[in-house]
Amino acid sequence: MRYAAPTTIDEARDLLAADGDAVVFAGATDVVPQVRAGRPEPSMVIDLKKIDRLMSVSLDGDTWQVGAAAPSSALTANAAFAADFPGLTEAAGLIGSDQIQNRSSLGGNLCNASPAADSVPALVVNDAVAVIAGADGERRVPVADVVTGPGQTSLAHDEIVVCFELARPAAGTSDAYLRLIPRTEMDIAVVGAGVRLTLDGDGTVSAASVALGAVAPTVVRVPAAEAALVGSSLDDDALAAAAAAASDACNPIDDKRGTINYRRQVAGVLTRRAAGIAADRIRTRNGQNGAS
Amino acid sequence: MSTTEAPPSTGTNGNGTSGYRWVGTRPVRHDGLDKVAGKARYAADLNLPGMLYGHILRSPHPHARIVSIDTSAAEAMPGVKAVVTGADFPEAPPKGATRNLMCTVIARDKVLYSGHAVAAVAASTRREAKAAAEAIEVTYELLPHVLNISDAMADDAPVLHDKLFTRGVEPRPTEPSNIAARTVYERGDVEQGFAEADIVIEREFSTQAVHQGYIEPHACVVDCDQEGKAVIWASSQGHFKVRSATAEVLGWDTSRIKVIPAEIGGGFGGKTTIYIEPVAALLSTKAGRPVKIVMSREDVFRATGPAPGAIIKMKVGARNDGTITTAKAWLAYENGAFQGMAAMLGCMCVVSAYTLDHLYVEGFDVVLNRPVNVAYRAPSAPAAAFAMDSVVDEIAERVGMDPLDLRIQNCPSQGDPTPYGPKWPMIGLRECLEAIRDSDHYQSELPEGQGRGVASGFWFNIGEASSATVNLNENGTATVITGSPDIGGSRASMALMAAEELGLDVHLIQPVVGDTEVVGFTDVTEGSRATFATGMAVVEACRDLKEQLRKRAAKTWDCDMEEVEWVDGSAVHGPGEQEPLTLAAITGNAKRTGGPLGATASLNARGAGPAFSVQVADVSVDQETGRVTVERYTTAQDAGTAIHPSYVEGQMQGGVVQGIGWALNEEYIYSDDGNLENPGFLDYRIPVASDLPMIETCIVEVPNPSHPYGVRGVGEVGIVPPLPVMANAIADATGVRISDLPLSPPRVLAALTAADS
Ligand SMILES: Cc1cc2nc3c(=O)[nH]c(=O)nc-3n(C[C@H](O)[C@H](O)[C@H](O)COP(=O)(O)OP(=O)(O)OC[C@H]3O[C@@H](n4cnc5c(N)ncnc54)[C@H](O)[C@@H]3O)c2cc1C
Repeated sequence: MRYAAPTTIDEARDLLAADGDAVVFAGATDVVPQVRAGRPEPSMVIDLKKIDRLMSVSLDGDTWQVGAAAPSSALTANAAFAADFPGLTEAAGLIGSDQIQNRSSLGGNLCNASPAADSVPALVVNDAVAVIAGADGERRVPVADVVTGPGQTSLAHDEIVVCFELARPAAGTSDAYLRLIPRTEMDIAVVGAGVRLTLDGDGTVSAASVALGAVAPTVVRVPAAEAALVGSSLDDDALAAAAAAASDACNPIDDKRGTINYRRQVAGVLTRRAAGIAADRIRTRNGQNGAS
Repeated sequence: MSTTEAPPSTGTNGNGTSGYRWVGTRPVRHDGLDKVAGKARYAADLNLPGMLYGHILRSPHPHARIVSIDTSAAEAMPGVKAVVTGADFPEAPPKGATRNLMCTVIARDKVLYSGHAVAAVAASTRREAKAAAEAIEVTYELLPHVLNISDAMADDAPVLHDKLFTRGVEPRPTEPSNIAARTVYERGDVEQGFAEADIVIEREFSTQAVHQGYIEPHACVVDCDQEGKAVIWASSQGHFKVRSATAEVLGWDTSRIKVIPAEIGGGFGGKTTIYIEPVAALLSTKAGRPVKIVMSREDVFRATGPAPGAIIKMKVGARNDGTITTAKAWLAYENGAFQGMAAMLGCMCVVSAYTLDHLYVEGFDVVLNRPVNVAYRAPSAPAAAFAMDSVVDEIAERVGMDPLDLRIQNCPSQGDPTPYGPKWPMIGLRECLEAIRDSDHYQSELPEGQGRGVASGFWFNIGEASSATVNLNENGTATVITGSPDIGGSRASMALMAAEELGLDVHLIQPVVGDTEVVGFTDVTEGSRATFATGMAVVEACRDLKEQLRKRAAKTWDCDMEEVEWVDGSAVHGPGEQEPLTLAAITGNAKRTGGPLGATASLNARGAGPAFSVQVADVSVDQETGRVTVERYTTAQDAGTAIHPSYVEGQMQGGVVQGIGWALNEEYIYSDDGNLENPGFLDYRIPVASDLPMIETCIVEVPNPSHPYGVRGVGEVGIVPPLPVMANAIADATGVRISDLPLSPPRVLAALTAADS
């Protein structure tokens, strides 16, 4: 197995294009365990962490650019980013442990294409766009369209995710992410739920996004739950309807991590709770703004 | 180095038994710096010149006949220096313990579980060894398999061993079955007992098999020479056992084998047997080079030590005043692929924390297509306590009594009969029950929305054989050599007892774990025995030394030995005509008074003190997800005497944590085709640190009269109560009693949902 550490995107892409068995890695927190567990060794591993653009997290006008290889800890330590995307930051901060988060990246979490990846529902509800570099330059794809199935993405072999673009949230908007694991850390989501809400001045939901992880082959967006929330004041009926819609949207499997029934039940519960948290965040922020 | 301050346990006599200078203090452990600095040498750390790497090929099937094994392709692969299969090992006898051990190390005609060792390769690199092992062609004839007790006990079950006839039934069966043995204990007349009872509660329980979960996988390096001698470096709880078991499997004389104990990274009972040493020895013999074998985590889960799962039916009768009079229990325990004595131990433990007039306990040891059981902290007792203490909790509820008061009312004390025959010696169950009753935790108000559960647990503890050699060095320090691998701080305990005896600063004593050729025979560190039994040998050797020291002083002073006393590390002249002679003064002068001073003691320790633990937990249950959070946990345990209280507390806490894991999340998940789906710590969920509150400890000291310092073993009993404690606390929080483990979120939510509708 060879190791390469390119410093430019072009170099990385060329290396990848030249070798059909090569793989890129950022934190390698998926790649290494997978090889250890018996997956064939790649002929070459290409380290993306020496490419500046993939490592930087910056605010460019009203858009955050999050390098695809930047470690989770770069997000959790970034107060401005965390203030804009508390749910996504929370999701990144749930991955593994401190040691893992010093390596693990959003690009890796997405491209590993696990149905249970924690940051993906949170990226999806925030309408994150993946910037992908390929032979013909760069293209922009909604994160929701990158993963096509467990372990499968829409990326060509020589394509690399460069960064994620996230528009700063509009006024009265916030997000939340919750997952169910039997332990408190070092575990894989049995169910994950991301919610983003926008509340207007009188507390009515004017926009909502709901996405679930670990309940289907890919992260699922739940339009029915979003519809149930929009126009409501997050009363119990609206939350119950959103929860029911989330449960219905699940297409889970029975496996060692959870049963179909359990996943359905809990998807609804977490959706309701995440909506509550997102709304609380908005209200708290409005309260603070009002006071200042 | 100085002693460190640690928060004292809140026990009856927790921090320093009065009257002792060293026993009961908390010095920094002698092996501590090496361990925290990463310098301690574990078996996998050793590398020898010319060393090869062994890789074991394991069965992908849970039950199959081995039709043929073709190693020719593997032998031709690069780097390969030796290949072995079952055919290279001595023939196994048709049945019995030796056969079971031999066939666990490597399969013969049949594989009995997925992960069963079938063949092995030694090669220059790990990679070559693995590649070659995978090139071995094994032809299997698949056989139907059984993975759980009910299936294995069914009349039409596929039978694992055609020479296994149930022991303990009359007349002896003529057909083989998967029921290895039946055990019965009885007293009084249970039918009469139930007829006279005001309340009778009957329930069925199930628990899952669990792994000991030690962090260090099994590892060894074996170097065999031209004369047929073998040196084995191994991670184990007992290197003399590694020697005898390796010799047994290979048909070798034990004197051909020397075992050097490596530092051990956890065992909890799981390293009381062997798996890989004979394989490495044969590979090394064939290749003429040292061979290292290190198991992967996956191999550890697939091929080593579960503690058994069990099904227990419990029927208990009590009077309205809370007196428990009668119990009938039916217990079936998984034994894994070969027979063991899990059910027998379960039968002995199931009602041991209670006095009963009438009891009938019947147990069945069942073989099935899983790896063979190995000991795990208080083997079999946790499942038994889960059944009994869940029912006892219901009785307390029914009669409207505090669950601890009810247990105190029914608890045995010295002279009462044990369920299995002999009378109880001095025990501290009542003291533990009272300690929890009076604890700050139990006296505190239960926070809103939480549930509180209590339970008690029993374990025998054992004595067995131990040896110790204590050498005094010329500068007045001492070396204490024992044959007990230190798996929980026993070096520090040995040094403390020697310090107390000799009157020497504990840091002037170097405790050493000696190999099989430098110290006398010592049984495995198991049964909570090291500080008790090996400690006894240390004390005996030290007392011998004190005699010698007095003699030397008498010689120096030219007086009668009777005039010399040993006080605080010095020889003191009774009549007071001489200045005291310190230990260092005597050893410094030893050449002129008769040569170096050393003493050895070897003994069979008798009178191990039974251990009891009583525990309480507060939990909250997320009613919508079934997730259980342990909010507060306190454990009381009778240590006899806590030699080093910090390590007693560590053992108490460790047992509790493992018991909580067993109760809440740990389980083996098998696919339909008999393969383990969660052979790793990601999906085999032992608790992580953030899952738990600090486990509060309360050391109870009811001294064991058979030990010079009153020691009882403390390593095991702590794991017994958490299973019923968790179930009882969850029942208190939710009003729903769950009798099947684990109490994982899906199981709890399903039970809550079912109770709702
Ligand atoms: C102990 C442990 C705990 C974990 N806990 C969690 C958890 O709680 N939640 C969770 O979601 N995950 C968890 N994981 C999985 C893993 O840490 C995450 O998926 C992480 O985000 C992966 O990031 P990485 O940078 O390490 O990915 P890598 O291993 O470097 O890469 C993963 C995959 O993505 C591809 N890839 C990486 N970067 C790019 C790119 N820029 N463009 C194209 N392809 C790319 C790689 O080729 C590879 O196929 C855990 C892993 C471990 C070892």
